[in-house]
Amino acid sequence: MNTKQIFSSLLFLLSILVLIPWFIATSGRWDLYYTLTSVALLAIASAGVWLTFYIGRINIGQGAFALLGGYITAILITKAHFSFWIALPLSGIGAALISVLIGLPILRLRGVYFAMITLVLTEVGRLSALALPITNGAKGISNIPLPGKVSLFGIPIIPDFATLENPRIGFYFLAVCLMILCFAVVFRLVHSRLGHLCRSMQQNEELTASIGVNIAYIRIIIYALCSFMGGIGGSIFAVMSQSIYPSSFQVADSINFMLNCFLGGLGYVFGPMLGTVVLYFGWDLLFQTGKYQMLIYSSLLILCMLILPNGLLSLRLPGRKNS
Amino acid sequence: MTPPILQVRNLTKKFGGLTANNDISFDVAPGEILSVIGPNGAGKSTLFKLISSFLRTTSGEVLFAGERVSNLAPHIVARKGIVRTFQETTIFKNMTVRESVIVAHHIRSKANLLGYFFRSANAHQDEQTFGRSADDILDFLGLAPLANEIACNLPQGHLRALGIAIGLACDPKVLLLDEPFAGMNHDETMQMVELVRGVRDRGVTVLLVEHDMAAVMRISDRIVVLNFGEKIAEGTPAEIQDNEQVIEAYLGREEDLVGLYTC
Ligand SMILES: Nc1ncnc2c1ncn2[C@@H]1O[C@H](COP(=O)(O)OP(=O)(O)OP(=O)(O)O)[C@@H](O)[C@H]1O
Ligand SMILES: [Mg+2]
Repeated sequence: MNTKQIFSSLLFLLSILVLIPWFIATSGRWDLYYTLTSVALLAIASAGVWLTFYIGRINIGQGAFALLGGYITAILITKAHFSFWIALPLSGIGAALISVLIGLPILRLRGVYFAMITLVLTEVGRLSALALPITNGAKGISNIPLPGKVSLFGIPIIPDFATLENPRIGFYFLAVCLMILCFAVVFRLVHSRLGHLCRSMQQNEELTASIGVNIAYIRIIIYALCSFMGGIGGSIFAVMSQSIYPSSFQVADSINFMLNCFLGGLGYVFGPMLGTVVLYFGWDLLFQTGKYQMLIYSSLLILCMLILPNGLLSLRLPGRKNS
Repeated sequence: MTPPILQVRNLTKKFGGLTANNDISFDVAPGEILSVIGPNGAGKSTLFKLISSFLRTTSGEVLFAGERVSNLAPHIVARKGIVRTFQETTIFKNMTVRESVIVAHHIRSKANLLGYFFRSANAHQDEQTFGRSADDILDFLGLAPLANEIACNLPQGHLRALGIAIGLACDPKVLLLDEPFAGMNHDETMQMVELVRGVRDRGVTVLLVEHDMAAVMRISDRIVVLNFGEKIAEGTPAEIQDNEQVIEAYLGREEDLVGLYTC
């Protein structure tokens, strides 16, 4: 990283960890915490989708893994009385494992075929949640308790969320820290040799195989990582809203994860984060337009993609490439 | 005689009803330049894809240094030392020339995926050796001045050279070149012929498919001729030029026929 990158990262950290909480405290707009937490969670799931784009796959199935992560957490906490802090990583791992099983056959497909299968996957996720006994059908799972406290050697590290004056602050910091971690991992991955291999695969899988790369293995690793992020996003979401339903993550959400990546820019690690923020708040801002909301929103999206096919981040000054 | 490095044994490939390769057998000696020629659709590319395991055989087998390699995954065959280039100019089109060649060093890497991610000592060392080796290869192929050019901006001749550079980065024992001189003028072709000889002099056994007969006759130690999926002749350039069956196979294809006699 060069000094400029370090400087902007510090500025970014400062604003989301200090400035935003300070602004909320002084303005009293506590509701913003919920919104911003949601954005952070959606950005985490979108980062995963972005990674699958990076190996040349259009993934419209992230909703299924977010839903899966949410249900794993809900079931582990309410039925097996796990601590949320154990259920969270387990949800990610569970989603990743399932994605390996699903990915083995479907990752051979490319282009629109892969996209369609993953789209169907989202619907399969919703229908399974409706049908399986353990997920409690359409009624879903509610009354999920808030995260408990964590202490190491008797020293409390994370307080019991229920004792917080406003548990939303807790969720905000949790989601935002995980988001930072996820994007740091993606950034590091993209700038490592593994990232170069992914880019080679995106540009030509056959040629990549011809230079001795086990492309099937890398595809699976990336897809598992993607689903892991979907899983933990869904997990926190379930606990934050203290409930999960088959409709919590649907086809529309899967499509949004993908759009976030497109809008922000497929060539930029931080594209999905920006895309999520813009799409989420863009939709809200258009709320006042009433029945025209969808029309204006879709038109703007189409316009964006026509004018800026490489995403919003391509607007930056020329001379600075892929970061 | 040294034992063959590559043995093709009764290789057959059927696409549905079409037999693209029919019972083809031949041996390749280490350090040899062997050309595979034949009219369009004769099954040359198919043969190369079978040898590099990009296609599964219908029957027959390929032995590399005595060991069966057919029907393994392509990346495993590449790791063993059989590397192919592509007939179409297949490159990483949005990478620079140097980046492409560095990436292509993958087989030689000591670090594993986690090592890449955490920048282990091995990964760091890899990066340095790959960079140096890539510069060597680019120098050797005359691509050094274009090292930082985005690959898709290269002119045709250099694209072919880049394809070979990517192949060489894999440190192959056998390099399969599918039409390396396609789209080149006479001078470029002759330069390329010298380059391919240079590759052989580095200890690489070279198999190539080519339509440019003048180049083929000049460069090859031996030639295998395919027609309609069958091997119809095998021998030195002089033997092939006199072979009745070969001349017949090329009849009516004037430009190639002329090529057959121009050297
Ligand atoms: N994947 C495939 N599926 C079906 N048929 C194929 C496939 N690949 C090749 N063929 C057929 O097999 C035959 C041999 O093709 P191949 O590409 O090996 O010919 P070639 O000798 O390389 O020709 P050229 O000189 O035009 O490159 C052709 O008739 C071709 O149409
Ligand atoms: Mg061919």
